[in-house]
Amino acid sequence: MSWMVWTVPTAIFFSAIAAMLAGMTVWEIVSPTIERKGFLPISTTRGDRLFVGLLCAAFIHLGVIGYTSLSIWLALAASLAWLVVLMRWG
Amino acid sequence: MSYQLENTQPGEKYNTIFSRITPAQRRKRNARTRLRSRLLLGIYLVLMILPIYWLLNMSLQTNSEILGSMTMWPENLTFDNYIGIFTNSSWYMGYVNSIAYVLMNMLITICVALPAAYAFSRYSFIGDKHLFFWLLTNLMAPPAVFLLPYFQLYYSVGLFDTHIAVALAHCLFNIPLAIWILEGFMSSVPKEIDETAYIDGYSFPRFFVKIFIPMIRSGIGVTLFFLFMFSWVELLLARTLTATDAQPIGMIMTRTSTASGIDWGTLAAAGVLTILPGILVVYFVRHHIAKGFALGRT
Amino acid sequence: MNKVYNNRAWLLVLPMLVLVAFSAIVPLMTVVNYSVQDVLGANARFFTGTEWFETMLNDPALQAAFLRQIIFSLTILAIQVPLGIGIALIMPKRGWQASAVLILITLPLLIPWNVVGSIWQIFTRGDIGLMGWGLRQLGIDYNITRNAGDAWVTIILMDVWHWTPLVAMLCYSGLRSIPEAYYQAARIDRASKWAVFRYIQLPKLTNVLVIAVLLRFMHSFMIYAEPFVLTGGGPGSSTTFLSQSLTTMAVGQQDLGPSAAFSIIYFLVILLVSWVFYTAIMNMQKDKHSQGGA
Repeated sequence: MSWMVWTVPTAIFFSAIAAMLAGMTVWEIVSPTIERKGFLPISTTRGDRLFVGLLCAAFIHLGVIGYTSLSIWLALAASLAWLVVLMRWG
Repeated sequence: MSYQLENTQPGEKYNTIFSRITPAQRRKRNARTRLRSRLLLGIYLVLMILPIYWLLNMSLQTNSEILGSMTMWPENLTFDNYIGIFTNSSWYMGYVNSIAYVLMNMLITICVALPAAYAFSRYSFIGDKHLFFWLLTNLMAPPAVFLLPYFQLYYSVGLFDTHIAVALAHCLFNIPLAIWILEGFMSSVPKEIDETAYIDGYSFPRFFVKIFIPMIRSGIGVTLFFLFMFSWVELLLARTLTATDAQPIGMIMTRTSTASGIDWGTLAAAGVLTILPGILVVYFVRHHIAKGFALGRT
Repeated sequence: MNKVYNNRAWLLVLPMLVLVAFSAIVPLMTVVNYSVQDVLGANARFFTGTEWFETMLNDPALQAAFLRQIIFSLTILAIQVPLGIGIALIMPKRGWQASAVLILITLPLLIPWNVVGSIWQIFTRGDIGLMGWGLRQLGIDYNITRNAGDAWVTIILMDVWHWTPLVAMLCYSGLRSIPEAYYQAARIDRASKWAVFRYIQLPKLTNVLVIAVLLRFMHSFMIYAEPFVLTGGGPGSSTTFLSQSLTTMAVGQQDLGPSAAFSIIYFLVILLVSWVFYTAIMNMQKDKHSQGGA
């Protein structure tokens, strides 16, 4: 495993992703999602909205890192806020 | 029975959309357009074949003829370039290696893709759509992204420079492709067939092998064609994961350029030989190919 | 088709999942790990945080390669899609001619990509290649190793030669699935050729065309072997596309960190584009089903 050169931040990152997937699965079993149409142009399920949120988060982070001098934590906060908005109203 | 054309309103007169031509004019025009389309197709085919013909032409010439003068066909026909390849084990082993990992990859892929495609075409389950999309993203991931970790991964599990390493690596894009194609074919088989078989007392494995697989034969043929195609033509991963024992032919071809210049004749002959297996495969699936390229969904 | 809801289907998917995950997830994780570090050797590595991403996003050479990549992909799509439809329309529909044309047309698809590069390298050389020699005889100063414009035209020509058959085959099989009755109806109504194409053939083609565009887009976006063999990215860096920049960085210079950061950005762009395409396809199919039901 040493060739994978793990670091603490990336380990936390992947654990968070895995936890999210596990959480979504459990949530799905407890109460199955219903496809609905929010402010996004297509009707989505919970999983779709999570995916869109994560993809947006990735690009928000890239934008902040590459083209501004803002802190990466700001990007994280903005992404989380956007994710919540998407999950609730998207 | 009425034929409602797509994109027209019910009851809309076709005459308002379509022009009026008398039958006599039509026959004449049909003959003319037929001739013209054959001509255009002929031109396209000639242009398409030309680069391949040139390769073949060069492979049958000696290097001195290639470099010496511009000849449209081999004037001193020679098979030396081919003989050179077939008598040199470092050359022909390249073909053996390539064919070995391509066949392994086809076998592995089809074995795991068939049940998976069946699951996608018949059942819905938690996360099915996202799983399917994730598979497709692997089809789209540029192999260049994975080069270094692949090298590390296969090195650390001791598979570096083996055929199976390349076969497994090519699964990355071939399994998603196979599932995508097979799912289309399976979805076009009515579900009543499954249900009837279960009522008749077939177990799932027996039904799958005895009834279902024969029904999607042409789909499997086309899938194998695509698997062959993408594994055969890929070089970046195959090159990275091999050193000497399992080197693909595409890599061995780079040996033709040496300090004393490029051995054009051998390069061309080796190139021609890489085209042959493809022709063979396409010949076997020629009857299914037209249908299969629609990937089962039309 | 109504699918049965059954989570045991996961068992059928599992073997495939294990294999693909082995090939996809472990390497992807490693790439992410590389991207935040400066890996110098087995035991010498430093955490660099987001530095590589910042460097890569602002690297003018990569931005140029990205721009070239987009121009290239759009150009070949603009040529191959209409040309492929055109060829599919004039291909013979039955008999031995149909088989013969099918086999001939698929030929370029089955040639290893680096051999495609070699074929065109030979074909376009001024001294021994038919095309290069022919153009020189016509008095055109054609040289792909010195003139960037020539190199571009040749690469696009090569890609059109190589991949138009795929579009043509997809369209051909789409056309074959149109029931003869449609054409008969059109004949009775004395429909013009254009009307037949616009109102019968094109609507049937949309499904396969989306597949064609998707396949062509993603393959052109990762094009590597053909231009690498043909021009080596030159002259200068005028035909260096994304995959080649990445491979040079990762394998040639052994810059693990930067190339990993670049890989991730590259992958995210592909992910975004393919998601948009995929959603579009799925929605189109859904619309079709709901129309069929109404």
